This record gives sequence, C-alpha cells and structure tokens, in this order.
Amino acid sequence: MAPAMDTILDMRDVIMGKDEAEAAVATKARKVDRDQRTTVGVPFVEEPRMICREVNVFYGDKHAINNVSIDVGKNEVLAMIGPSGCGKSTFLRCLNRMNDTVASCRVTGEILLDALNIYDKKVDVVPLRAQVGMVFQKPNPFPKSIFDNVAYGPKIHGLVNNKTELNDVVEDSLKKAGLWNEVSDRLDQPGTGLSGGQQQRLCIARAIAVRPEVILMDEPCSALDPIATATVEDLITELKEHYTIVIVTHNMQQAARVSQRTAYFHLGDLVEVGPTDRIFTNPRHQLTEDYITGRFG
Amino acid sequence: MPPLLLVSLVLALSTLAFWQGKRRAFALSTQASSVKMHSRPGYYGMLAALWCALPALTIVVVWQLAADSLLTRMAMDGVAAAKGALTPDQVNLLVNDMRNLVTGSVVDSQIDPLLQAAADRYSGMLRISHMALAVVALVTAAVGAYLVHARIKPSLRARNQVELVIEVILTLCSTFAVFITIGIVLSVLFESIRFFQQIPFFDFLFGLKWSPQMAIRADQAGSSGSFGAVPVLMGTFLISGIAMAIAVPFGLMSAIYLSEYAGPKFRATVKPLLEILAGVPTVVYGFFAALVVAPFIRDLGVMTGLSVSSESALAAGLVMGIMIIPFVSSLSDDVINAVPQAMRDGSYGLGATKSETIKLVILPAALPGIVGSILLAVSRAIGETMIVVMAAGLAANLTVNPLQAVTTVTVQIVTLLVGDQEFDSPKTLAAFALGMLLFVVTLALNVVALYVVRKYREEYE
Ligand SMILES: Nc1ncnc2c1ncn2[C@@H]1O[C@H](COP(=O)(O)OP(=O)(O)O)[C@@H](O)[C@H]1O
Ligand SMILES: [Mg+2]
Repeated sequence: MAPAMDTILDMRDVIMGKDEAEAAVATKARKVDRDQRTTVGVPFVEEPRMICREVNVFYGDKHAINNVSIDVGKNEVLAMIGPSGCGKSTFLRCLNRMNDTVASCRVTGEILLDALNIYDKKVDVVPLRAQVGMVFQKPNPFPKSIFDNVAYGPKIHGLVNNKTELNDVVEDSLKKAGLWNEVSDRLDQPGTGLSGGQQQRLCIARAIAVRPEVILMDEPCSALDPIATATVEDLITELKEHYTIVIVTHNMQQAARVSQRTAYFHLGDLVEVGPTDRIFTNPRHQLTEDYITGRFG
Repeated sequence: MPPLLLVSLVLALSTLAFWQGKRRAFALSTQASSVKMHSRPGYYGMLAALWCALPALTIVVVWQLAADSLLTRMAMDGVAAAKGALTPDQVNLLVNDMRNLVTGSVVDSQIDPLLQAAADRYSGMLRISHMALAVVALVTAAVGAYLVHARIKPSLRARNQVELVIEVILTLCSTFAVFITIGIVLSVLFESIRFFQQIPFFDFLFGLKWSPQMAIRADQAGSSGSFGAVPVLMGTFLISGIAMAIAVPFGLMSAIYLSEYAGPKFRATVKPLLEILAGVPTVVYGFFAALVVAPFIRDLGVMTGLSVSSESALAAGLVMGIMIIPFVSSLSDDVINAVPQAMRDGSYGLGATKSETIKLVILPAALPGIVGSILLAVSRAIGETMIVVMAAGLAANLTVNPLQAVTTVTVQIVTLLVGDQEFDSPKTLAAFALGMLLFVVTLALNVVALYVVRKYREEYE
C-alpha cells in the first residue's frame, strides 16, 4: 500500500503542475492532439472514496480498458461519457466486480474502496456489492411485489431483525428514491407493473436499501421518457448528499446537469477528466471536443 | 382414370394457372404504367392456382367418400331381397363377399352367380364413376382457373383474397387436433356409458376390489366380477408418486446445475446425453426394472428383514423415475435459461450469492415453466405401461406399501383388451371406463397446474 500511495501522490503533483501549465496553453485554444492518449486534466481529488490505479481490463485477448487511473470523490457525482463501445460500462462494472460474472474478463491494476483493495483475493464480493450498489441501463425489477423488491437486499444481508425493521427500511428507501407517495398503497403489487421511470426508481430504492456507500449507474435513463428522466435526475442530485455516485450516460446535457466531474473515455482510454462545467465549455483534448460538439458519438 | 393420377393432373393444371396468372398480371403491370396493380403478380397467379385446385380437389374428396357406399348399395340392390329375410350382419357378410369378388381375392370355391353379377355391376359402375369424376374435376379446375384469369385487372384485390384463403386453411389445420381429441373422448365416453349401464357408477368409482373376471358359466368358481377402481387408481398414484419423487429432485437439480453452474462445454455434452435417457424404449427400461432393480430391492429387503415381493411398486417407480428425469431436467433447463440475464445481474448487483439468486430470483421466475415440465413428466408417469407390466405385476392390491406388487390403470386396460374380447361384456367395457377415468384424472391435474401457474406466475417482461 505505502509505495503505491507514494507514487500516486508524486504523480498527482506532477500532473497537477503539468495540468496548470497546460491550462494556460489550452485557453489559447491549442488542443491536445488526437493521437495522444494519456489522460488530460486532473483525475485525482482531495477526498477520494474510490481510487483506481493503472486499471486494465481484458475480455480474452481484447484489451477493453487501457491503463486508467482515476479517483471518485466523496459525495460527488462523477459522470462517464464517451462513444459506444469505449469501455464505460466495462470500467463501471469493475468498481463492484460485476465483471466477475463474465468468464473471459480479466482485470489488472488496483481499485481501492476506502483503502481496501477490492481485487484482493481475500475480499468477498458479497459485502463489497452491498457497499457499492448498481443500477442498470434497463430497469430490471424482480418479478416480485414492490415490497419484496426493496426488501430483497436487506433480507439476504441480514440487515434487519424483524418485520417492523424491514418495513421501516423499505419505507425509508422508497422515500429516498422518491417513489413512496406513488406506491405506498400498493406495495403488494408486482414491481414489473410500474411505469418505466417508476421501475428505475424502484431499482434505485432496491440498491439504497442495502445502505451502500457508492452507487454505480449505467445509463439509468436511456430507457426512460423525458419526464421520467427528469425525475430520476432530480433524485440523483438529492442522493448526492448521502452517497457517492458514478453515472455512465450517453446524454451530455444529463452529465452537465447532474455531475460535478466528468470523465471522457475513448476506445478504452481515459482521455480527459475535469470539472463538468470546464469539460463542456473548454475541453482540452481534441477527442473530447470532437465528441461533445457531436462530431462522433 | 385412377384418383391419384387425377389429383396429380389437377395440381399440374393449378401450377399452369399460377404461371399464366402471374404472366398476365405482370404484362398488365408493365403495359399500363398509369394504373398500379393492387397486388404483386405472384398473388394473381396464386389466386388463379387456388381457384383451380381447391374446388376440384374438394369435389374429388367428397365424391370418393360418397361413391363407395352409393355404388355398393346400387350393386347389391335386389341381391339381399332375393336371399330372403336377412339380418344386418348377414347383409354385411354378403357385401364383403361381393367386394372380395371385385378385388379378385376369392376364398369360396363356389361362386354365387347373383353375387358375381353384383360384383360385375359394381366394377362397371366404378369405372363410370371414375371417368365422370375425372371429367367433372378437370372441368371445374379449368373453369376456376379461367374465371380468375379473365378477371385479372389492377383493381382485383388478389393479395387480400389469397391471404384470406390461407388463413382459412391455417384455421382448419389448427382445429383439426381439437376435433380429433373430441372424437377420441366421445368414442371412449360411449363405451364407458355402456359399461355403466351394467355396473353402477359408484361401485366403479369407490369399490375397493378389482377383479374383472366374469363367470361365463353359472357354476364357475373364483370369478367375482367386481369392478372397484380404487385399488387400480391407487397403484397408478403410488407408482407415479415414487417416480416423481425420483424425477423431480434429480431433474430439477441437474437443470439448475446445467444452466447455472456448468461450463458451456460440459453443458453441451451432458444435456444431449441426458436426453438420450428419454429415447430409450420403455421395454428396455422394463427389462432393467424386472431383471436388475426388482431383484436388488428384494435382496435388500431380505438383508434388512423386510418382506418384499418380487414384483414391487418401488422397482417400477424407481425405474420410471429415472426414465422421466430428462423430461424435467431438459425443459426446466430451457426455462431457467430463458430467465433474462438482467434478473441475475440485478441480484448479483445487490450482493446476493449465486445460491440466493437461484433460490430467490431465478426459480420463482422460472416457476411456470418448471411446473409445466413436471406436469408433462406426471402425465408420462401416469400413462406409462410397459415398465409397470414388467416390474410391478398385475395383482390389484389396495396398498400404499411400495414393497408390494400393485397394478395400474394402464396395465389393467391392456390386460382387459388383450386376447379375445366380447364387446358386450363388462370385462371388456371396463377398459373404456378406466380410460375415461385416466383421462379425467389427467385433465384435473392439468387444470390444477394451470391454476397454480397463474397464481404464482412472476412476469419478468
Ligand atoms: N462480455 C464481453 N465479452 C467480450 N467483449 C466485451 C464484453 N462486454 C464488452 N465487451 C467489449 O468491450 C468493449 C467495451 O464495451 P462496453 O464497456 O460495453 O462499452 P460502452 O459501455 O462504453 O458502450 C467493447 O468493444 C465491447 O465489444
Ligand atoms: Mg454500456
């Protein structure tokens, strides 16, 4: 741990120094060339919750993520954007080891959650995934009642001792997910009977119910209509108070609305990271600019 | 003209009509570019072909069905009267003799001149009938094709008409199976009713003694002729129960292993191997049960001091259970695989382990399909005959002890119908009553299963 951390701190200084120098250059509109694939911007933060260092992901022989280093700060929303197939989902799924379910997938490098290396052999994925929850692209409520959907996590993790505690957790989670008012009178109805936006908020409630620290969201609104999307976005902004959120999105306005920092991925490389408003107003890498101005996507 | 040749001719005509119709429609569409043809040329050809073939073929079929009895009646006209008063059976006999004469397979050395005349008449009329049919059918085909051909113009809605005809044909095909089922049920029902005219319904349903031997002579001993279905039905349930107790756990667990744990290579080899089990002829299972399993169980009984009869429900049930494992495993494996990956991801994403995911998410979602596969297995078990004949015996003991010999409904049906039968004796008719009972039981099982599936179904889309 110690040597790795030292080099990380060194790197941070180096990069921050370089970054500032570059910032001066960049304002004079000279972009980093398309061929250069080292990360531009500041991938590190003062108060990190998750630390990723030199992460590489392979699917068999295919190199899907190439040497990515980035921090996820406490109580921030980090947005990950990039063209299709650039590895956003792959990287996101590394953060709670969902990639373990893909047989051909191999991950190297370090990913720390509060100083715990989650790829350590001794780490059990069960509590890890309870700490780092996940919401998927397509709402995937279980074919059970609304109540059972939310109660699923607390039950399997033994977070509650009796029925009243369980009821409280379910109610609390649904309230945090902004769904309580809509479903409180029909908790015994199937979760699959809700509308798409409600289903996605149910999935968020389901993730919240296991009291995670980090919530990973993989294009959570891509299957939703604009109104449902707005509701979910509001929810993300509220959840930021209590949770660290990493969100993958195709929708750049969405990234701009909900996130504090944005990371741009390109063909497995982390090309640029920075504060969201800076990325969208003044990208420093030519590829980032191409993407956000819609030259490819 | 023989009917087969006629049918081929009609089909050839209809093919011709297709090409001509298509040609004409195509010509029309290229010639007048201002008006657009309603359908593509192929549909006009198709319409012509259908109008050519369908009426003609219908005439052929109806004619053939009606002609035989009509011709026979006409040929035999007067023959029966000349023979004096005859019972219907004797008339049938005469008709058969006449037919034999027509086909030339004569058994009698002395040929009745009256019958010979009738046979000649029959042959002559048959020739005429075939000729007339050929003319009528071919003319119908030609007229049908011509009518459509002449009417081909841009406004003819050929596609809609062709599609309507095809829809009607599809509907007929799909109802065919239903009508056959109704026919089967009715034929069994009528014989059962005849049975219940002789044996009271409740004696059959609730009687505790099954001994279908009827006394032929009044002084015959040992033939009580009691038709209580309970022991037989009990035997069926006992053996099926044992079989399901084997097949459901083994089948379900192998399905879970194959779909959730096994690697793709293992799965690709083991699944077909398991399915081979279903393809082994049941007689072979019967050997296995009678020669290996039953003696083994008896020896085991001797060692543990239990009394086991040499033919036991246990042996038959065990082997039957092995036989139906693949029904449960293969179908359950398919439905488990059909549960979307998103369900698994959702569960793993919440930190559930594999076994929790299977138990709490996958199996509930797959439940309707699993119940379906079990139901299929149950009906296989209830209907299975060969294994039981060979391994469980014929003795209709009323017992729930799996170590004793029992018999089942299907086995009794077979034994009742093997050999010479008189269709007015309750002994023979009892087979139909048993068949009816079996049908009702399986129907009830299906209804219950459907209800269960509806009630506990967890929709995942
Ligand atoms: N299960 C998998 N097996 C093999 N290759 C995969 C798998 N999942 C993703 N990939 C590949 O990894 C790359 C990144 O995919 P992904 O992370 O899904 O991209 P994104 O989410 O940015 O669209 C793609 O080239 C994709 O083809
Ligand atoms: Mg993706």
